[in-house]
Amino acid sequence: MDGTTAASVITDARTRYSAGVLKYAQMGYWDADYVPQATDVLALFRITPQDGVDPIEAAAAVAGESSTATWTVVWTDRLTACDMYRAKAYRVDPVPNNPGQFFCWVAYNLALFEEGSIANVTASIIGNVFSFKPLKAARLEDMQFPVAYIKTFPGPPTGIVVERERLDKFGRPLLGATTKPKLGLSSRNYGRVVYEGLKGGLDFMKDDENINSQPFMHWRDRFLFVMEAVQRASAATGEVKGHYLNVTAGTMEEMYRRATFARELGSVVIMIDLVVGWTAIQSMSHWCRQNDMVLHMHRAGHGTYTRQKNHGVSFRVIAKWLRMCGVDHLHAGTAVGKLEGDPMTVQGYYHVCRDTHTTADLQRGLFFDQDWGGLRKVMPVASGGIHAGQMHQLLDLFGDDVVLQFGGGTIGHPQGIQAGATANRVALEAMVLARNEGRDIAGEGPQILQDAARWCAPLRAALDTWGEIAFNYTPTDTSDFTPTPSVS
Amino acid sequence: MRLTQGTFSFLPDLTDAQLTRQIDYCLDRGWALAIEYTDDPHPRNIYWEMYGPPMFDLRDAAGILRELNACRSTFPHHYIRLSAFDSTAGTESVVLSLIVNRPATEPGFRLVRHEESGRTVRYGIESYAVQAAPEGARY
Repeated sequence: MDGTTAASVITDARTRYSAGVLKYAQMGYWDADYVPQATDVLALFRITPQDGVDPIEAAAAVAGESSTATWTVVWTDRLTACDMYRAKAYRVDPVPNNPGQFFCWVAYNLALFEEGSIANVTASIIGNVFSFKPLKAARLEDMQFPVAYIKTFPGPPTGIVVERERLDKFGRPLLGATTKPKLGLSSRNYGRVVYEGLKGGLDFMKDDENINSQPFMHWRDRFLFVMEAVQRASAATGEVKGHYLNVTAGTMEEMYRRATFARELGSVVIMIDLVVGWTAIQSMSHWCRQNDMVLHMHRAGHGTYTRQKNHGVSFRVIAKWLRMCGVDHLHAGTAVGKLEGDPMTVQGYYHVCRDTHTTADLQRGLFFDQDWGGLRKVMPVASGGIHAGQMHQLLDLFGDDVVLQFGGGTIGHPQGIQAGATANRVALEAMVLARNEGRDIAGEGPQILQDAARWCAPLRAALDTWGEIAFNYTPTDTSDFTPTPSVS
Repeated sequence: MRLTQGTFSFLPDLTDAQLTRQIDYCLDRGWALAIEYTDDPHPRNIYWEMYGPPMFDLRDAAGILRELNACRSTFPHHYIRLSAFDSTAGTESVVLSLIVNRPATEPGFRLVRHEESGRTVRYGIESYAVQAAPEGARY
């Protein structure tokens, strides 16, 4: 967009700073000639200006309201190096096939941000522009951080490589399951489900996002019974096993108390919900680093702001922030399960979690390159409505470095929880073996599963029960640059 | 019990033909293979004995299988694992690890509970075989 319709910047200082109201573009928040510096933080917004609002002025307003501007001219700007502190919108493009929507690129000087604080990043970038009246809607699509800023974050306390070394599990996706029903089980019964799943072949079991310390199951009781189950299963199989003990609580003090108890009982992993907030996440990440603990992040609540394309924050941005905050596991979608997720868009999130250097890839929704500066890799978690019959699709889409979580697909098995877990483990290992042998698992997957089911009765039963189950709905959050059909 | 450490422990033991295809997969990716053995299969026993250093320069599946079979005849009743290392920046770790030999009977592990105040329990895991006999005489 050439900017000829936008108001141009006022360069005469006396005019620029005389009291009154100017357009944001006149104030210097739009610069079509600006070349982003290697040290700038970049943000890409999708904006829907109100009718009659010029898109470039709207982009300048986003830059202004997410950096130094207020609604009127203030002379106190002149006490500062205000040209540096002003964010600059430098590019505006119409969104393909979406009349009224525009992508706007904004550059922020590194001096605007506090080191090692996602709370500060979010307060700036999404602090108030999303309520700005001249915009009908706004969405933060992607961000790029200079490596100098990335290095101010410690990142994941454990990371994919070290997690595998601690667990002694290599060459295949990890397997998990969420304990069900998610509410109501007594601690003793809950631990039974954990034991059965782990003994049957899973690596992890999991608290659900809303398991905290309710009347039916107080947290200490849950931790005690669950760790008995974990340790028994470990002795029964000779493998390291884990259960994501959810330490989410009302205060930091209580979360630390719960995490400490989990450590005392020998748990290798704890869990928190995204709803605890950025600062709490960073604090728990530091605690995990000090206590040799894997930190599992359940992205509870994200769908309220990530799902709709016209307004909110893309999950790829949330994933970037969480890698910087420092989580080890992150629920990042399944593409084939019951929850929202276009396959290529979901693969984009996996790149954010696992790359050492992310390359821009518009079809996967990645607008920027990102040098991760040695930050450890986050293990993505695929959870929600997946089953053994989809193993070939999951392995083909996501590769080895992922936790595949089959909750209902384990606990709902007709022959019991252990059988459900065994079915998943056998399906997984058979598929990895076949892939490594050079077979086309995307095409031959169903046959590979059938062949394994001939000697594995639990897998036979799983395929008979769920083999045909698929969740084929049109995703809402898709790339604007290519049609991406749902996987069936 | 059946020790289920390793990438393919839930599958029937791999034949040499199947192993060859897995070795080829590793070699094609530039990974180095290594053979290790132990008679202490505790889940946190990381350092199994090395049957020679990783075979960085042996890029032939038949040669690696020959080494493996030599290890099997030297330690027929031990656990033997074949591991692949990827030296790529950002990984620099094991990327595949499978048990390729195991004792005929696997007595398994005892869960040791030290009961403490409240209901807290400190857990430990002990191998029955390791408890019963010294190294080299366990299986």
